[in-house]
Amino acid sequence: MRRLSLRDIDWTLLLVVLIICAAGVVQIYSATLGTDSHSAWWKQILYIFGGLILMWVILAVDYHTMLHHVPLLYISSVVALLGTYLIGQAAFGSRRWIPIPGTGIHLQVSEFVKLVIILLVARYLTELKTDELDIREALKLAGLVLIPAALVLKQPDLGTALTYIAVLVVGAFLAGLNWKYVAVIAVVALLVLPIGYQFMPEYQKSRLVSFISPEQDPQGAGYQLIQSQIAIGSGGPLGKGLTKGTQTKLRFLPVPSKDFVFAAFAEEQGFVGVVVMLSLYFVMIMRIVQNAQTASERSGMYICMGVAALLLSHILINVGMVAGLMPVTGIPLPFMSAGGSSIWSNFLALGLVGNVRLRRFVN
Amino acid sequence: MIQPPVDPNIEHRLNEKLPLRDDTHFASGKIAAFQYTTVAIFLFLISGFWRLQVLNPQIYDERAMQNSIKSVPILAPRGRVLDRDGRVIVDNHLSFTLWLARENLKEAHLKPIADGLDLDYDDLYARVQKAKGQPKYVPLKIKADLTPADLSFIDSHRDFFPEMEVIQRKSRLYPQNGMLAHVIGYTGEISEQELDLPEFAKYKSGDVIGKFGIEREYNSTLMGVDGQRQVIVDNRGQVREVLAEKPFVPGKDLQLTIDLDLQAVAELAMEGKNGAVVALDPNTGEVLAMVSRPAFDPNKFAERVKSKDWKELLDNPDHPLMNKAIQAQQAPGSTFKPFVALAGLESGSIDDQYNVHCAGGVSLYGHYYHCWLKGGHGNVALHAGIVHSCDSYFYTIGNKMGIDNIAYYADLAGFGHASGIDLPQEKDGIVPSPQWKLRNYREKWWAGETPSVAIGQGALTVTPLQLARGIGGLAIGGVWHHPHLLKALDQTDKPAEWSLNPDNVKDVVDGMYGVVNEWGTGVAAQLPGIEVCGKTGSAQLASNDYVKGAGAGHAKDLRDNAWFEGFAPRNHPEIVVVALFEHGVHGQYAAPIVRDVIKAYFDKKARRTLLEQQQTSMSAKLPSLGNSLTPAPPATPAPAVSDYDLVEKSKIQSDVPEGLPPLPKPLPEAKTPAPPIPGPGPAPKKPAAKN
Repeated sequence: MRRLSLRDIDWTLLLVVLIICAAGVVQIYSATLGTDSHSAWWKQILYIFGGLILMWVILAVDYHTMLHHVPLLYISSVVALLGTYLIGQAAFGSRRWIPIPGTGIHLQVSEFVKLVIILLVARYLTELKTDELDIREALKLAGLVLIPAALVLKQPDLGTALTYIAVLVVGAFLAGLNWKYVAVIAVVALLVLPIGYQFMPEYQKSRLVSFISPEQDPQGAGYQLIQSQIAIGSGGPLGKGLTKGTQTKLRFLPVPSKDFVFAAFAEEQGFVGVVVMLSLYFVMIMRIVQNAQTASERSGMYICMGVAALLLSHILINVGMVAGLMPVTGIPLPFMSAGGSSIWSNFLALGLVGNVRLRRFVN
Repeated sequence: MIQPPVDPNIEHRLNEKLPLRDDTHFASGKIAAFQYTTVAIFLFLISGFWRLQVLNPQIYDERAMQNSIKSVPILAPRGRVLDRDGRVIVDNHLSFTLWLARENLKEAHLKPIADGLDLDYDDLYARVQKAKGQPKYVPLKIKADLTPADLSFIDSHRDFFPEMEVIQRKSRLYPQNGMLAHVIGYTGEISEQELDLPEFAKYKSGDVIGKFGIEREYNSTLMGVDGQRQVIVDNRGQVREVLAEKPFVPGKDLQLTIDLDLQAVAELAMEGKNGAVVALDPNTGEVLAMVSRPAFDPNKFAERVKSKDWKELLDNPDHPLMNKAIQAQQAPGSTFKPFVALAGLESGSIDDQYNVHCAGGVSLYGHYYHCWLKGGHGNVALHAGIVHSCDSYFYTIGNKMGIDNIAYYADLAGFGHASGIDLPQEKDGIVPSPQWKLRNYREKWWAGETPSVAIGQGALTVTPLQLARGIGGLAIGGVWHHPHLLKALDQTDKPAEWSLNPDNVKDVVDGMYGVVNEWGTGVAAQLPGIEVCGKTGSAQLASNDYVKGAGAGHAKDLRDNAWFEGFAPRNHPEIVVVALFEHGVHGQYAAPIVRDVIKAYFDKKARRTLLEQQQTSMSAKLPSLGNSLTPAPPATPAPAVSDYDLVEKSKIQSDVPEGLPPLPKPLPEAKTPAPPIPGPGPAPKKPAAKN
């Protein structure tokens, strides 16, 4: 067995991610300047260092070991998600977080369950040992993914639930699900959608309506969408400059350090900044995909592609939302939005990719 | 034929499942598809930003500006209202109103807010529910005129209930107890109907305008022009930065002709009575006092009157919202007799020796007209006719001169048409004449109606103001000044003049002197040392056919109205006062009201003269005193002493009966902080003297 070497770490990927993180810290600094939550920027730096340590730790654990423990990880995830209903609701009136006793930190469980989903999909598809995914197997896997997804959706957190689905869909696609089944599923989904709309909570409905025509209710659900688009549009090609964004500074933009951090960035850095930042994200995704291609075996490939699918869906949902291309769903932008859980789970995901890369010659 | 080589194990190998090679090549095509999809997704995202930031950023730029740059009006304070001596009658005071910003309103907060501000929770909840139909950015007014306790509650809970917003504005502070309420009037938010009136064309919805009285008449003078401030606000409307400011132009102060001292006396004299008092300077038309009772509290109108209070005022049978001094149209009764006497003399129908025999009434046109004194007055000429108010005498001379003469001279003295006082909604009154009857009833005048008019009954109606103006103009010899409340109008006043025969005027005035001083009907108005002239009136309500018809079906109080008109002194009168005491039964009960006001006038005049003498003698002594104390001060004359100072310093104010509201003190402008008031402790150390 080859000794793991530091030279084998994907330094390009890490550099790109750290640049994104730095831009995020600067934007958080600007967005919270003069507000009560101005400490967010240095907290974010601490979170990033914490994330790097977590990544380092997870590099040391062979991903095969992790795959071996998927049943245990899966069951603990479901239990933890159920736990948010009991502890979370009682303590905070919200079901997303679980406190870590003694630290004052609240973990968003669903962020970490993402990693388990990636491992679950990778192990399940690898063990099938087939080039053509059978529909029955696909449905079984879907069932396993949908249980935590449904729990997250119920929190309610539609955005995160969608990222689970994205990992599942990309995995199934790679495993060779027949396109006929894909077509059938798409048709069924289209038919189910209106029924699903009936069962949507009121706020989701109004968000969907305001996505389709935001001007209908300019002070209600459409407010965030309109303000975000005004922030981006008024940034123009070159931006208003750091800390000069009026939409951000005057708090017309909702949560400019978290879910709408990219709108704040777009207002202050303009179209040029947006293109640079999206290019960095693009390079990040492509590097992860390359690591998938060079993986020594299927399980590693599935893990890397799962991470790529996860991050891509995050970027699509978040950036698409702030630009008015997608309905409003609260979901953080990876490595930019302020918040420990998101930063840590994303660095852990990077750790999974690095893990696969480090062991690509081992066989 | 060569047989192709056949693998002998072929059967076995076909049955065996191919060992799957665990590499990633099988998926390379699909990974490539994923890569293309990724490219497509990023292009899709960039296209969205291209559309917003490059294609038309100016639209969004404008909207960002609209978001944050707001024009906020700076409300101009309304001008104050002062009395003739410069004392403040109406002032502004700062008041605070609580609003709820409904954008971030949490319903769970309503209960603690209601508790903290002593509001009814159910009522508050209902109002919040009701407001749900409106757009969210329209805030909801919760409580006006916040008390200091309310303000401290709001201040300490602002972080918990960020939806609370306090708005500060200046509102009107009126005298208490309804003093001068009808003259001053009140202000209020402009209504939809008023917005359509040409009078209010330049105002916009939400403006506070004068609605009644002086506040309305001189609204444009009092109102000033609101300023504007361009500010940057955040999403909660909090001002972050001021970009530009256009200062407001404050409303101008108005000085009235009202004398607060006389007003207070008149108000007190009317305590517990309904009716009106008007005091004029007949030589200028200045209104010195004007009372209407019952009154209302204009402070309740300061911004928006509660519907309960409003209904109460409207339903009150004594009409508290009516300014009876200019709007009550009542039969003048015997107070009209001096005008009839003058008409008789001037028209030449009678002379002062013309004699009528009163046997308790006279018979005219087959109808017996009763005198108020059943036993009769015997032989009565002009002087006795006025002094004893003999109805028989006036029936006879009225009939002799005819309705046309009465109507002509009544019109001359200002009856039958509004005096033009600077107050809204003044009434005309009625001077009946054949033309009037034809126009309004399409009937011919019946000569038998004339005697009733001659004693101030019949269809004749006047307002207290008309009567005061009429008798004042007569008393000064035929010059009827236009009554006015604005001091500045003195210069523009052009009186109605008529060259009356001074002898005729003297006859009538002497008669009125007799009423008070020769055991006539008005002895209650006597004042030692002052030649008060006057005339009582006890006007029947029931005998008036026109009123009877109008009042049918109502349980109205039909007791006679008591009137008194008086002026003093007999020669060159300075003040004329009219009192209407509704349902006061007899004019002699109205006489003390007039007496009190006239007394107050002359008392004040005497004190002021005395004070001025003291002032001049004091200021003559002052320079010599000053010389001994300070090294060579310039020999300045004593500072000019204004009327205001005089009044403040003299003891005249102690005359003012208790219950008179404390004169509101001018409040400091909101923008300029009040100067620090030195505390009771040791005075702050001054910098060491230069020596």
